[in-house]
Amino acid sequence: MGELRLMKGNEAIAEAAIRAGADAYFGYPITPQSEVMEYLAQEEPHKRTGMVLLQAESELAAINMVYGAASTGKKVMTSSSSPGISLMMEGISYLAGSELPCVIANIVRGGPGLGTIQPSQADYFQATKGGGHGDYRLIVLAPSSVQEMSDFVKLGFELAFKYRMPVMILSDGLIGQMMEKVELFDQMPRATEFDQSWATTGKTPDRERNIITSLDLDPNGMEKHNLDLQEKYKKVVASEVRYELIDCEDADYLYVAYGSSARICQKAIRMGREEGIKIGLIRPITLFPFPYDIIGEYAKKVKGILSVELSAGQMIEDVRLAVGTTIPALHFGRMGGVIHSPEEVLEGLKKAFLK
Amino acid sequence: MDIKDIIKEENLVYKKTDCMTDNVLSYCPGCGHGVIHRLCMEVVDEMDIVADTIGVASVGCSVLAYDFMNIDMTGVPHGRAPAVATGIKRTWPDKFVFTYQGDGDLAAIGTAETIHACNRGENITIIFVNNGIYGMTGGQMAPTTLPGMKSSTTPYGREIALMGNPIKMTELVAELPGTYYVTRQAVHTPALVRKAKKAIRTAFENQKLKKGLSLVEVVSNCNSGWKMTPVQSNQWLEENMLPFYPLGDIKVEGKKVK
Repeated sequence: MGELRLMKGNEAIAEAAIRAGADAYFGYPITPQSEVMEYLAQEEPHKRTGMVLLQAESELAAINMVYGAASTGKKVMTSSSSPGISLMMEGISYLAGSELPCVIANIVRGGPGLGTIQPSQADYFQATKGGGHGDYRLIVLAPSSVQEMSDFVKLGFELAFKYRMPVMILSDGLIGQMMEKVELFDQMPRATEFDQSWATTGKTPDRERNIITSLDLDPNGMEKHNLDLQEKYKKVVASEVRYELIDCEDADYLYVAYGSSARICQKAIRMGREEGIKIGLIRPITLFPFPYDIIGEYAKKVKGILSVELSAGQMIEDVRLAVGTTIPALHFGRMGGVIHSPEEVLEGLKKAFLK
Repeated sequence: MDIKDIIKEENLVYKKTDCMTDNVLSYCPGCGHGVIHRLCMEVVDEMDIVADTIGVASVGCSVLAYDFMNIDMTGVPHGRAPAVATGIKRTWPDKFVFTYQGDGDLAAIGTAETIHACNRGENITIIFVNNGIYGMTGGQMAPTTLPGMKSSTTPYGREIALMGNPIKMTELVAELPGTYYVTRQAVHTPALVRKAKKAIRTAFENQKLKKGLSLVEVVSNCNSGWKMTPVQSNQWLEENMLPFYPLGDIKVEGKKVK
């Protein structure tokens, strides 16, 4: 068993970055995720593993520092929260276009604009449908516990390098700020030897020069690049869908929820079952690729599906794509940093399907 | 007599460095970029540091710099080259890392990245090509466009009261404690080309010292954007750009000399 600790979600991300053998973290403070960089600074990762830590002058600079390190094949990550992630979107589009691996954690807060510092899940569209300009996707992992905040940093790096693309950990202020028991994975060594065949590490006599760019002024070349990207995303969709099924076997109704909402739904399920309402939960762990198939299968077995999300209804669009028109699929969620209670979520399901 | 009869070993007085590719330059005939590219690559060649050099190309006319420089290069978002170079240098402290940026890239959209990389004293080299105009997008006003100077967005000349002042980024970053070597050069005469090369060499050599950032501004022309012949543009540069952007070292070994 790994080392057990009581940690905040944000701290777990930071500790996991060091343990995953990350080469660098570049960031800029923003609530509710500043503990990531604070924890790293406290830990002095340059002494523990040689990992670089640098506070940038802005999120723009931070994501471009990530771009620089990633273009040389280094394991690099950043984190921010909604308004900061919006600023990073330019760089994220370039990272996707240049096919560079990295991990970006978004500890979502309420928006739009400066919004609020309270938890929200209203960045779903931005994370899963692109966010920046151009046709691209990120692999989006949605942790619903402090444990997963740690585990998904490691998994995120694995996936980022497997497909050479940015991975986003889409969490929120609730998971980021709460403390839970977490079993930490063992320290992994920082890579001293790694695949540099594509990276810009200095042209050695044995190979042609490497160029990292997202630019191709020839539209045919650019279309070919886009087709290659889409091919890669197809592979991701075919191999990397992850989800969890909770109490689904005998369920008449289902919640679909990720992250903090998934936890709230679990309590609502227990309360509902005490009243004799058989509810289950499909928890998407990857938001891209989205678990359409399993939701589609359960849509044939249950009477109604409620997508529960701290937003005006974003994931519901994917849930509806999965469900089709055979049964009702509706949205429930509070907005702007207000967190729905289990009672509200249960009431939401009753109102949707039982009244 | 054809070209093969002329180009023989005994007739050669000059050989292109292998650090430049054979691709035809995308720059307008008469533009200074080709010379500045060559100087950078000659320095890399002469220092024998190709295997340890990583270039960062910016956005602007030099966006395709990696087509011409035969080294590992990364193309990056507009203005962000110093941040990208920071990310590379921090994770590869023993590599030679340089950015190649125009005035729009470095002195307008990338002001924050430039100032903070300079102020942190990143051990990188910045090559800053200042031609007072946005060349690639078709000759719009740049942060460095001179008072009264015409561009496609200042068709009647840059009016300071309306459009603000041109910015002297090089003098500005020389004030920051993180810069180690700051100089302004030009390449429109053979003598100045030799001086500029020396400055670029110094800027690359300085990376070994790990004492801070080296920035070489090269005041250059844009005959297309300025709507002049190459010769006219060099003359105009001499008469108008250089009085406003005087040549010479501004900071050497961490101390201001001007």
